[in-house]
Amino acid sequence: MTTVAALLVLAGALLAFLGSLGLLRMKTFFERVHPPTMGTTLGTALVLAGSMLYFTALERLVLHEILIGVFMTLTTPVTYILLGRAALRREQNDPGA
Amino acid sequence: MNSDFALLALAAAQLLLALAMAFAFCRLLRGPRAHDRVLALDTLYVNAMLLILSFGMVWASRDFFEVALVIGALGFVSTAAAAKFLLRGEVIE
Repeated sequence: MTTVAALLVLAGALLAFLGSLGLLRMKTFFERVHPPTMGTTLGTALVLAGSMLYFTALERLVLHEILIGVFMTLTTPVTYILLGRAALRREQNDPGA
Repeated sequence: MNSDFALLALAAAQLLLALAMAFAFCRLLRGPRAHDRVLALDTLYVNAMLLILSFGMVWASRDFFEVALVIGALGFVSTAAAAKFLLRGEVIE
């Protein structure tokens, strides 16, 4: 059971790693917005599921991680919409630089 | 309780998350413009939250869950405030 949980965490960490790699390697801002969302959606979901499974296997039923999951699912789109709008306006007013 | 393979997989996951944080920090230092840096900061705190959750699993302690929850909440507030500042020039209108 703990092995399955650890593998879930490993898969989530791999997604977060690839997302950050994309953030580092892409050329323009509007390309760079996309890769980190892999880590914030499926990566976080896998790590949280792994953590729940791990502590459920160790002691008793643990579901607290759903709280973080709901919070991240609700807040990440808000952040990226605000950031994308700010970037769009700044790039239009002052391209290049 | 903890099998050796599970601890090995968790160590590998922590290495990957630390590398992801290093990449995000690199973009934070390099990012040509301010919104690139805010995006890098957002990625950095999400990776830090996942790393802290995995530390909680390795040390079999539930206390790390609260830390991750607080990092998630404060990270959202800070990134939203920074994006709002870039958008309008002031945080609260």
